[in-house]
Amino acid sequence: MLAIFIKRILIAIPVLFAVASITFFLIKIAPGGPFDADRAVSPQVLKNLNEAYNLDASNWEQYLDYMGGLLQGDLGPSFRFPGRSVTEMIATGLPVTFELAFYAILIALLMGIFSGVLAALKRNTFLDFIPMAIAMIGICVPTFLMGPLLVLIFGINLEVLPVSGWDQLPGDKILPSLTLGFAYAAYIARLSRGGMLEILNQDFIRTARAKGLTERMVVIKHAMQGGLIPVISFLGPAIAGLLAGSFVVETIFQIPGLGRFYVEAAFNRDYTMILGTTIFFSAMIIFFNLMSDLAALWLNPRSRDAS
Amino acid sequence: MNNNSLWSDALYRLSKNKAAMFGGFILILLIFSAALAPIIAPYSYSYQDLNLGASPPSSEHLLGTDILGRDLLSRILYGARISLLVGFVATGVALVIGVSWGIVAGYIGGRVDSIMMRIVDILYGLPFIIFIILLMVIFGRNLWLLFGAIGAVEWLTMARIVRGQVIGLKNQEFVMAAQAMGVSNLQMFRRHLLPNILGPIAVYATLTIPQVMLLEGFLSFLGLGIQPPMSSWGTLIKDGVESMEEYSWLLIYPGITFTITLFALNFFGDGLRDALDPKTSEN
Repeated sequence: MLAIFIKRILIAIPVLFAVASITFFLIKIAPGGPFDADRAVSPQVLKNLNEAYNLDASNWEQYLDYMGGLLQGDLGPSFRFPGRSVTEMIATGLPVTFELAFYAILIALLMGIFSGVLAALKRNTFLDFIPMAIAMIGICVPTFLMGPLLVLIFGINLEVLPVSGWDQLPGDKILPSLTLGFAYAAYIARLSRGGMLEILNQDFIRTARAKGLTERMVVIKHAMQGGLIPVISFLGPAIAGLLAGSFVVETIFQIPGLGRFYVEAAFNRDYTMILGTTIFFSAMIIFFNLMSDLAALWLNPRSRDAS
Repeated sequence: MNNNSLWSDALYRLSKNKAAMFGGFILILLIFSAALAPIIAPYSYSYQDLNLGASPPSSEHLLGTDILGRDLLSRILYGARISLLVGFVATGVALVIGVSWGIVAGYIGGRVDSIMMRIVDILYGLPFIIFIILLMVIFGRNLWLLFGAIGAVEWLTMARIVRGQVIGLKNQEFVMAAQAMGVSNLQMFRRHLLPNILGPIAVYATLTIPQVMLLEGFLSFLGLGIQPPMSSWGTLIKDGVESMEEYSWLLIYPGITFTITLFALNFFGDGLRDALDPKTSEN
């Protein structure tokens, strides 16, 4: 267990380093500097700006400088918002995005596992068909359509929930969390149904039933532990997906989180911000993937005992 | 030939699957209407009736018009061309990379295999959506880059599937016989391995197309994908969202079209999987 953990960490470090380097040089070959976008700046001002942001140094010097800063958690200044550092902006947006992602995952797990397990237990009845049909809808209706539709129904037609914002009006967190969580609820429902069906056919479940355990005990103590491993493995990649989803959801609902910052940075060509958030996102996703893999390993008794 | 009976069996099973047949029917309909858009669309996608502005569905404009007075039905039909094109071409790119990568890794095996698959593992763990956005920002938003970028992201699973299949085939007698006869590697891939893994490839490709279309829609929705005057369903939905408070049909019709297409592709892909590999359909 520990050996796997250390090995994975040792792989993650060079990967992150490579990501940072590749992104850095990709941005260096991008056409146009950060200051020649919309309004013309006099040559003197441009020179001063370049000096202030160390852009007149050679690419190598800038690279070493940046990497040095990165090791200390300094991602450099934002090109678009003078006086603010990228680290600072990430620190402002991150709690919001985390909160949104947390609610979304919570909704996804509760809805997904409940309906998936139920569907597996009541296989081929309408308690199976209906949740699975809804799950199919969740998979086929993209987030960028689901969000506006929910706004249209609950915000504009029924006028029961706020249409945008975060932490400003009561209930304004419900629609964004639901929008982001729904697609994952659908995947989790399908995964847990599949996982449960596989486990429920196995011999140790028959043994558990034969020794007279109640159906509830069989399901909760024996079947779910193994049947939900696919769900745990899915959580790591899901975090990566949630991030992409947060771009959309934060844009639709005008939430001041990291996802919206990133999309805005992409539009504004705020290169340092793009670079910083890319590295940060990569680190986060590598970390969550690692965590979900380890959790899945640990939950599976065969691999737990082997290592 | 044995090969034929596998496919005809699969076709028979597919024809018994109502959901899959329905999905396939919708798909064929869509592909035809996209291809024939210039003929069957009632208006050109850029034709504006400025006096009309945004108007609800009527007998002249079956699905209404957008804010600029353009016929929505025509724009959806032309948008289908772009959306489907991205779906098929980017999947094609992913297919070529994934299949070659998987065949080489699986067939050569050993060290080459473990290095190649380690690369796949590492790439799996990276936030690719961000790199696509990065590429679109740096190199400008053009259609070819979009094909390449999406294709370059979606090949990973294909490589894994193909590798697994090839490893299964590698030790079978006909491959050894071909080896003994001194068949070159390229001939081996083309004549002996590829035809035997077409089933899983076809299934996975069908299931990749909706993923790719979703990704394109996502990028276009953020304004980072297809640029005007071209429009895909993603950009239509984006425009629809901007004016949904007054003109909800501008969001609803493109949304329904997109969703139905994704449904059709998923049903057809699932049906194809069940047909080609009856074992997996038991769950």
